[in-house]
Amino acid sequence: MSGHQNYTLNVNGTEHPVKDAWIGESLLYVLRERLGLPGSKGACEQGECGSCTVVIDGSAVCSCLVMAATAVDSQIATIEGLAEDGTLTDVQEAFITEGAVQCGFCTPGLVMAVHHLLESNDNPDEMTVKEALSGNICRCTGYGRIFAAVDAVIAQRQAGK
Amino acid sequence: MTVFIPRSLQEATDLIAEHPDAHLLTGGTDLMVEVNFNHRRPEKVISLGKIEELHQVTINDDHVIIGAAVPYAQMEKGELGESLPALAEAARTVGSPQIRAAGSLGGNLGTCSPAGDSLPVLSATNSLVHLTSAGGTRMVPFSEFMIGPKRNSRQPHEIITAVTVPRTCGWQGYAKVGTRNAMVISVASACVVFHDDELRIALGSVGPTIIRCTDTENWYQSLASKKSTGVSLEIGSRASQESRPIDDHRSTADYRRHAIKVLAQRLFERGMSK
Ligand SMILES: Cc1cc2nc3c(=O)[nH]c(=O)nc-3n(C[C@H](O)[C@H](O)[C@H](O)COP(=O)(O)OP(=O)(O)OC[C@H]3O[C@@H](n4cnc5c(N)ncnc54)[C@H](O)[C@@H]3O)c2cc1C
Ligand code: FES
Ligand code: FES
Repeated sequence: MSGHQNYTLNVNGTEHPVKDAWIGESLLYVLRERLGLPGSKGACEQGECGSCTVVIDGSAVCSCLVMAATAVDSQIATIEGLAEDGTLTDVQEAFITEGAVQCGFCTPGLVMAVHHLLESNDNPDEMTVKEALSGNICRCTGYGRIFAAVDAVIAQRQAGK
Repeated sequence: MTVFIPRSLQEATDLIAEHPDAHLLTGGTDLMVEVNFNHRRPEKVISLGKIEELHQVTINDDHVIIGAAVPYAQMEKGELGESLPALAEAARTVGSPQIRAAGSLGGNLGTCSPAGDSLPVLSATNSLVHLTSAGGTRMVPFSEFMIGPKRNSRQPHEIITAVTVPRTCGWQGYAKVGTRNAMVISVASACVVFHDDELRIALGSVGPTIIRCTDTENWYQSLASKKSTGVSLEIGSRASQESRPIDDHRSTADYRRHAIKVLAQRLFERGMSK
């Protein structure tokens, strides 16, 4: 069919073939509906909420705005890649212990954004954290518990140095 | 094969010559919103994001050349941000970190919305847009590139490959007004550039194209005493008179005129105090 094609995506280190997909499909759609990776959430599909955040070749982006067929030859990291063996990361643990999860819809995107921030900056100040998370909307928590979780991870990582 | 992913500019210009009906795609932050909401159903796409040449940045003493696919995140800080302060400020106001990691000047110019945040800066700095086809590259001044709301003078077989931004001698800055700080499309914006004893003002979101306030600029040029009190107020009201805003879903013409007055005055004062 016209406008359809086959391609392969590398997600969390594994090659995933995508068959006969319409080229206009977003990476978010392909991850969720074709590859069985529904961790990334879709709320707005216009780049405004960040619940679909993934990391592509080191950049945190909205997967709803990535044309999936163009993401070939890239390394795509999704929330499913964080605790593959069942052991939660420090960020995931802190979200639980600090009560940063209510309905949980924003959580995968936020966890990806927090990991991405802390990879390039291991001791960000308050404004840097707020700025880095400004593309992720949470309708439940009011953000206080989320910032507390980030602070807890920073403190643990600094203590463990 | 319907999504083409050229790795070189040569490959891309050959592809677009063969498929002038294809959609060009860089960061996808404008195009994918339209696709997700079924406003567009592309059959053919040429993705430009993996072309090395479009990611290049060249910083010279008198001008900077920015590849069309360089993301805003790179313009915000570092050597590029320091060499072009107004563009850095404009880049910092775009969307969110996720949008700035993907969005590009090529896409902002391709969309050519009067609210595009880089556009007043490209106007006030007298920037040149590079348009490349299989036949070669032409350089178009920004003022001739944007010809209407979401309309530009790019030909269907041309790719925006880079922008040359002249560096200026003097303060420059950008500011915008919107409903909140993060993730906001501008309701009114202004870029003010001092270059030697010349003043340049460009306005966004208050007309069908970016508006250069040439009357205000000439008035300032003719002043005998540029530092006297009252000049900044006059700059604000003159710039506001040159704006041509409309009422729409984001704001009213009245408010936009007011916002321009405040923005132009404030940026001018900021520049004079440096
Ligand atoms: C949530 C959100 C917030 C946003 N906030 C802002 C904001 O604050 N300020 C602002 O200015 N914009 C904003 N935008 C709009 C958008 O991010 C910018 O216009 C951005 O610069 C587009 O760049 P892109 O590379 O993603 O473009 P794309 O979506 O890839 O392309 C946009 C258009 O340009 C064409 N195009 C792309 N590259 C080229 C090229 N090299 N040559 C010729 N044509 C080309 C495409 O065909 C398409 O028509 C926002 C968008 C979203 C989703
Ligand atoms: S679903 Fe992608 S940003 Fe909201
Ligand atoms: S916990 Fe519900 S949206 Fe954040």
